Amino acid sequence: MKDAAYERVKLARDNHRPTGLDYIKNIFQGFMEFHGDRCYSDDPAIVGGIATLGKNPVTVIAIEKGHTAKERSYRNFGAPHPEGYRKALRLMKQAEKFGRPIICFIDTSGAYCGVGAEERGQGQAIAENLMEMSTLCVPVISILIGEGGSGGALALAVADRVWMLQNAVYSVISPEGCASILWKDSGKAETAAASLKLTAEDAKSLGVIERILSEKELGKKEFYDRIRTLLVKEIKTLTNDFDLVGNRYNRFRSLGVSAVVKE
Amino acid sequence: MALIKFLKPKNQLEEGGRTSAPVQRDDGEPEKNCPNCHKDIPISRLWANDLVCPCGYHFRVKARQRIQMITDKDSFYEMYSGLKSDNPLNFPGYKNKIKTVRKASGEEEAVICGVATIGRKKCCLFVMEPYFMMGSMGSAVGEKITALFEYGIEQRLPVIGFTVSGGARMQEGLLSLMQMAKTSAAVKRHSDAGLLYIAVLTDPTTGGVSASFAMEADIILAEPGATVGFAGARVIEQTTRKSLPKGFQKSEFVLEHGFIDSIVPRTGQKRYLAELLKLHDGRAIL
Repeated sequence: MKDAAYERVKLARDNHRPTGLDYIKNIFQGFMEFHGDRCYSDDPAIVGGIATLGKNPVTVIAIEKGHTAKERSYRNFGAPHPEGYRKALRLMKQAEKFGRPIICFIDTSGAYCGVGAEERGQGQAIAENLMEMSTLCVPVISILIGEGGSGGALALAVADRVWMLQNAVYSVISPEGCASILWKDSGKAETAAASLKLTAEDAKSLGVIERILSEKELGKKEFYDRIRTLLVKEIKTLTNDFDLVGNRYNRFRSLGVSAVVKE
Repeated sequence: MALIKFLKPKNQLEEGGRTSAPVQRDDGEPEKNCPNCHKDIPISRLWANDLVCPCGYHFRVKARQRIQMITDKDSFYEMYSGLKSDNPLNFPGYKNKIKTVRKASGEEEAVICGVATIGRKKCCLFVMEPYFMMGSMGSAVGEKITALFEYGIEQRLPVIGFTVSGGARMQEGLLSLMQMAKTSAAVKRHSDAGLLYIAVLTDPTTGGVSASFAMEADIILAEPGATVGFAGARVIEQTTRKSLPKGFQKSEFVLEHGFIDSIVPRTGQKRYLAELLKLHDGRAIL
């Protein structure tokens, strides 16, 4: 069982998995990419823009890791800077203004740790997304497609529905980080992975996600078609929700309540 | 208007490490060595100065001591004191760890919440506890802070929060991470209701707390020399293999980069907060 969780971590990190842009290209039509946060720069680790889903326009945002060595380095291995989160928020606010549903694809080991990221307010950028996403008055669906690394992933996951690929992982800290802090031994990552309860099944049983997406025919047409059908259906449901923002509040409000005991 | 004195940020503070042992009246030792100026300071003198060394170094303060320093005498009424985290993931070693911490700190959890008056103005107050797993945020911390903001909305009260935290509590896994979203949503509701929220960042305010409610206040203040940042400095150094700029992630550095409103030394905080509460008292003229 210990190995099973860490195997998932390895699968989630696998270079051959479809990345954010693969999902965008195969699920939506006519994706138009928009760049920049209007403050500092354009972060290639986050891709966003508008596209058509079925018959309707939607805003799509994805953390992109890239496939080749060159792409991966250009995308900063999918570790966004504050400007990436600010671009995402700008596009979400734009979606809200024009009544477009928002779909986010998440795949990151975490928000980038670097001097520039700190100087430009990595914490503040994530905090602002968490706050603002909680009251967006359009449907938001976030899908974890690979790694869901802590605050850097959550910054795009304050959604009405959060789904996870079968072999994606979602965690408060990397198993290596956890092992090195708790046991001063990053070699105990396997034990940490099992203890952190980071698999899709764990996340579902904790109530953190609503749905696990099968990886049958991963990357094939059938795979993307299946996700498209689910998205179209779910957006329809959410569009008819008259208390969308209230329900989103309650969704997060209830998390962790059962872990709290009263004396 | 009362003049509020600002201390010039002192760069020499940035080099000093922090002591780990709490300074208490009954410590039994007559003096405490300051890690900044390396002088032995009599405990009674430190106490008379809100645990600030004459050189300007701010010692860490236990949450209850801070509440005494900041609120009007006997005005603090504690809320949600019985709430504490269980071991939802059966995380190895967590049960024993938290038991030890509870015994050593005398607190059930890493945050104390309630209502109080400061300069005779009523407000909701939360103060995080550095001596409880360094203010780590688990389900109970998130629940208590969320409930306090909700109470603030209900009673139309401002919220003042003193943050100190290493981040989310990893022993509660994803549930800890979710507290970032949960508290942020409550802050947003409080803000949308037109109510004031002031955060005072104390040493250290990092990780998940810096990426949620610490950075979401209308007015963000910090103590001199406090570490404020998202990623740990050591992790950044290891990742980038570059040496860090001088004063990196200290409150003076964060102020310079535009992320906090002001640095307020501890000895002036009560007056400063009372003044802010007074200025926000009453409705805006529409």
